[in-house]
Amino acid sequence: MSLDIVRSGVELELAARVVELVRRQAGPSAEAEVVVRHDAEALTRFAVSMIHQNVADAATTVGLRVHLDGRTASGSTTVIDAAGLQGLVERTIAAARLSPPDVTWPGLTPPTPLHQSAGHHGSGTRSGLDFGFDEATARSTPGERAERVRDFVRAAGGLETAGYCRTTYTSAAFANSAGQAVEGRTAEAAMDGIARDNGADGVARLASGRLADLDGARLGARAAAKARAGQDPIELAPGRYEVVLEPEAVADVLDNLAIFGFNGKAYAQKQSFAEIGADQFDPSVSLVDEPLGSRAEHAPGLPFDDEGTPRDWLVLVREGVTKAVAHDRTSAAEAGAESTGHASGSSRTWGPFPTHLRLEATSAATEQVLPPAGPGDPTAESARPLVAHMERGLLITDLWYTRVLDQKTLVLTGLTRNGVWLVENGEVTRPVSNMRFTQSYPQALAAGQVLGIGSETVLLPDRWSGTRYAAPALHLASWNVTGNASG
Amino acid sequence: MSHFDEASAAVQAALDAGARYADCRVMLRRTESMTARDGDVEELGSDESAGLGVRALVGSSWGFFAVPDLSDAAARAAGRRAAEIARASATVPGPPVDLVPSNAVEASWASECEIDPLGVSLSAKGDLIVGATAAAKEAGADLAEGVYQIWDTRKWFVSSEGHRIDQHVRECGAGVTASAFGDGEIQRRSWPSFRGQYGTSGWELVDSLDLIGNAPRMAEEARALLSAPLCPTGETTLVLGGEQLALQIHESVGHAIELDRILGWEAAFAGTSWLDLRKLGSLRYGSELMNITIDPTIPGALGSFGFDDEGTPAAKRDAVRDGVWVGVLAGRDSAAVAGLDYAGSVRSDGWARLPMVRMTNVGLEPGPHSLDEIIAATDDGVFMDINRSWSIDDRRLNFQFGCEIGYEIKNGKLGRMVRNPTYTGIGPRFWQSMDMLSSESVAWGTPNCGKGQPGQVGHTGHPAGPARFTDVRVGVRG
Repeated sequence: MSLDIVRSGVELELAARVVELVRRQAGPSAEAEVVVRHDAEALTRFAVSMIHQNVADAATTVGLRVHLDGRTASGSTTVIDAAGLQGLVERTIAAARLSPPDVTWPGLTPPTPLHQSAGHHGSGTRSGLDFGFDEATARSTPGERAERVRDFVRAAGGLETAGYCRTTYTSAAFANSAGQAVEGRTAEAAMDGIARDNGADGVARLASGRLADLDGARLGARAAAKARAGQDPIELAPGRYEVVLEPEAVADVLDNLAIFGFNGKAYAQKQSFAEIGADQFDPSVSLVDEPLGSRAEHAPGLPFDDEGTPRDWLVLVREGVTKAVAHDRTSAAEAGAESTGHASGSSRTWGPFPTHLRLEATSAATEQVLPPAGPGDPTAESARPLVAHMERGLLITDLWYTRVLDQKTLVLTGLTRNGVWLVENGEVTRPVSNMRFTQSYPQALAAGQVLGIGSETVLLPDRWSGTRYAAPALHLASWNVTGNASG
Repeated sequence: MSHFDEASAAVQAALDAGARYADCRVMLRRTESMTARDGDVEELGSDESAGLGVRALVGSSWGFFAVPDLSDAAARAAGRRAAEIARASATVPGPPVDLVPSNAVEASWASECEIDPLGVSLSAKGDLIVGATAAAKEAGADLAEGVYQIWDTRKWFVSSEGHRIDQHVRECGAGVTASAFGDGEIQRRSWPSFRGQYGTSGWELVDSLDLIGNAPRMAEEARALLSAPLCPTGETTLVLGGEQLALQIHESVGHAIELDRILGWEAAFAGTSWLDLRKLGSLRYGSELMNITIDPTIPGALGSFGFDDEGTPAAKRDAVRDGVWVGVLAGRDSAAVAGLDYAGSVRSDGWARLPMVRMTNVGLEPGPHSLDEIIAATDDGVFMDINRSWSIDDRRLNFQFGCEIGYEIKNGKLGRMVRNPTYTGIGPRFWQSMDMLSSESVAWGTPNCGKGQPGQVGHTGHPAGPARFTDVRVGVRG
């Protein structure tokens, strides 16, 4: 990315201009909401220990939703000259007029100030726009990303490596015809890589608001240590196993709980397991959605959603009791609740869900002091106290290709990836080949099933979308392994 | 209006900045979609996107940059940025990069389209989708959902080798789903397919689906599933419907034969492949009934095009012949690494994304049987169809699929409906057990194939008909 992309005020002016265009063409009764995003993403990808794909793009997208005479339509464009904006407005108004009535239209967000509570976190200033914004990350260069990749590759000590180093920058604004007008910006960096040793893979993954926090050498060494510890795996029979999930695996659990469980539309349509007020999880489990960041961390998301609703912390589970689900204005109206600031461009179709979920870590003071890890120990530091308490079970690094078999009970099938080990008497004894599991995630976290939660939370990027998870390691009483490498 | 000039300017700028090869895609895409629920429109959206993406090869390092600005100045700046990024790639270099030859053609291509999907009135399209959900709701669905999607893409491709190709691809499709809520579970039935059927076609494809006519049956079957017995557990003979077999092909053959995966270029995310290039031409993938082709020339199929996004003309090629693995999906650089002499399977998801190896139409050639004959020849087994879930490991070996509906097969006849049917297996073992294959092939479209970082969504086609497999583990549960 270059210096010219870091700006403010541009998107808000553009959003206001489009609102005014709608007013002129459709009259004062038209309801309009406009989201303008300038996204710049750069991703340096490596495989077979070389940079093989190195990409960047920067684009401004204008999204418009119009509600006119009881009918709704939306549209977007990347063509932001006068003709492009005019075309967007004309097309969207015409679509609204031709559309069948929209009986679920929830109305516009009234003028509402942004929450300032997280503005003092991170390294940024308390401007209401920044929320820990790191300008150096937004201005990062291809060379800076390539250096981190080089460090990762070198630290793997000759093992084959693959992965990426990514930086993203978003400057965005929202305006609607009810007078709501807000803006914000965010930047994030992430690195995700594997090392490969004779069929065994090890992984290291980290997200941060600051590219400077990403140490390629440290991540590469960790991935390589795991790969080396995975040689000559044994195959275990299917069955129920006690497990310690490392943070990368826990992120998958959080991802699926968020998308299918704490989804306001799924909840309203009775397709979610969530029951507000019910004891659905072990008392040690507390889940929070934190788009504005937490403690010393940056804000990973914008301070408002695509309907202009200010974002804030949202407690989803407190000490095992389900407290809330995520809503946009449509699902909130259907559920008789308030929007929680989780509207997106597709939330009316797929439902609003949390995108910055944190599983609260336990207090470090409750954990025992362990001797230093041995040189070949593949266990993540944050998982070591949990492994020490496991008499016999599995240490699982990562989960892969998890898909829902039954949404209501949230039974998923998937596979382990990037390292599994047998643990006996509190120590890692043998690597194990990857296995398939079929498991209800809420049941895995139910009362009595959570034997321990790590004291260190790791920030992890989603491997596909722009979401982010804060995950400690997790010790569970039972995980249903339904297949192994033999079938 | 042509955009060859902007693409040429970007390519020239990349060459001037030190690239030894460059190409550029200018793409204009309009999309439209509508979702409906229980007889009401839920969401109607239309999007427009325009921009260019430049790929530059400096030495043996690639760079890519994309902008949504089609001015001459922006195109030249993008070309320079792509070269700059390529130079940064040399920080962690690899072996020399070659490209297999591609004739520098000047050409134009358009997909077949009788009824322009964007020309059909919104009210007519809305009446169809809303009507289908209303019909399902009236027939007893607790939740009825419908969707149509349209993509209209124009692109201009220029390379430093002299390619100048413009293409106009129109794609659309639609579907309806009925859900029934029981005590702690949900059953779902979809027509004609999970998320609908899609193709490089005009609205005539959607008209042919008869969504409103089939919606009530979906509701009735979803409700019947709530009280149906669970799918039996154990090893048995499995008969798959064509729609489910299409996704089986996609996941356990299509992705496995992607050359970038085989070479390790996707190892960290999408994964690798169990296939070893040294066994190309000799490895037994499946039974002798298994003939898989890579064919982007099929009219109307979702993975069809005139030229791929490297300018290679569409051509049919064998991937598996008589059960033996003989071909891959390749790009110009990956083919050169592998020592192959063909490419033609590289595509990008819009102007802002790097072209990469993608499936086109990867499908099973028809067999000698009919579904009725397959059922009649089966003494004991399970029939499953319409995908509900899919999962496969990062080498494309260990898979598990769930289907919406199943039926017991007893003494050559379909028996009781069974709910929550699932099956699992290991790819080559599964394909080698295929002993009957139907001639009733349909080119099913998959509009949601995810791959790459940053993420790209690909549109692929999979001709497939019903088939029978022996000794398959079914009824896997949590």
